[in-house]
Amino acid sequence: MSDELNIEEKTIWKILETVMDPEVPVLSIIDLGIVRKIEKYDAVQKPPSGGLGVFITPTYTGCPAMDVINMNIRMVLLEHGYKNVEIKNVLSPAWTTDWMSEAGKQKLKAYGIAPPNPKQIVCTVDAFQEEEAIQCPHCNSYNTQLISRFGSTACKALYKCNDCHEPFDYFKCH
Amino acid sequence: MKQVLINYILHLADNAMILAQQNSAWCGHGPILEQDIAITNISLDILGQARNFYQYAAEIINGLKSSSTGGGLEGASEDSLAFFRDNREFKNCLLVEQENGDWGKTILRQFIFSNYQYLLYEKLQHSKDEQLAAIATKALKEVAYHLRWSSEWVIRLGDGTDESHQRMLNAVNELWQYVDELFMNADYETELLKENISVDVSSLKNKWLEKTESVFNEATLQIPQNVFAKIGGKQGIHTEKLGYILAEMQFMQRAYPGLVW
Repeated sequence: MSDELNIEEKTIWKILETVMDPEVPVLSIIDLGIVRKIEKYDAVQKPPSGGLGVFITPTYTGCPAMDVINMNIRMVLLEHGYKNVEIKNVLSPAWTTDWMSEAGKQKLKAYGIAPPNPKQIVCTVDAFQEEEAIQCPHCNSYNTQLISRFGSTACKALYKCNDCHEPFDYFKCH
Repeated sequence: MKQVLINYILHLADNAMILAQQNSAWCGHGPILEQDIAITNISLDILGQARNFYQYAAEIINGLKSSSTGGGLEGASEDSLAFFRDNREFKNCLLVEQENGDWGKTILRQFIFSNYQYLLYEKLQHSKDEQLAAIATKALKEVAYHLRWSSEWVIRLGDGTDESHQRMLNAVNELWQYVDELFMNADYETELLKENISVDVSSLKNKWLEKTESVFNEATLQIPQNVFAKIGGKQGIHTEKLGYILAEMQFMQRAYPGLVW
């Protein structure tokens, strides 16, 4: 029984790997660590026919992509025959870039976005005037410069490489 | 008891909602593209906080209604709380409803508020109310960025040109009368302190001053002394500015109730 459940749960995780972040389309919601938990309900827990609970957490409080992600999860699960899907937003524990998978970080870099540094470097408010060393995703130089703390989306900052002169987005540590 | 909690949540929500609405007016008008994006990003973060608080308040309100009236009344929602309450029902502090003014005034308002909000959420993380604690923990990381960004801009403008320095002085003069209200507990805050749900805002002031002083020192600005404090927003007594904000913000839903995009 529990093996059977596990196999099904694994399948669902696999399915969810195909749901991409609409704003960073190379990352799946699994790479980002947005999906926290999957629960399969039986008919007793959720009459009449059971169903599926998907627990997701927002990357940023006001992230407008969450509504789209919500809908895309519903659509892809429906395509695989899951009609009773309940998507629950959980805030705690709060999402952190530490949950981003290593594969996800590599995909980000290949896409031209510098992946987040490990959190401890400069995420505190007291270190506010220290500059982080951010590696250029194009030429790997660390000779880069902050242009703006807020980039094209809430989760990114804008940088410029002083060596190859390309501007690039940096996925902020969070 | 529940009503007190609802008031407190609405206060937290209204602070965020009104400041988000004000900042969003910079969209397309920022001094340069990057900073236009920055202020609207901050606006979006704060709007997210407001939504979380309103959703939570609506949940509690609906719970009360269904138990007392059998659920016959139309349910509250984040939208109804933002769009269908009047001036006197809003519990935001007076600071956030002040006009955007020039870039300097908007920056200073953001710095005053983010510095306060950072300290507030730092403590609210440990609230006995789990949902408030979760919202605060989540938002704190974002507020850290707001504080860093606005600190840097206060320094850049204060210690900038004669013109930018003068404008920051004007902003300090205009906004300082609204600072003290941030640190005065309203009745709902005092009441909820007994349950370890709310934060004692008066306890935040020293740390707030410390941070402000260090930023102002670099910005060659001074903290004004003996300023007469204007208060009342947290109790629903607002300056005339809130009326204009609500008129614009609520117009569509008042004219076409239930309208969706």
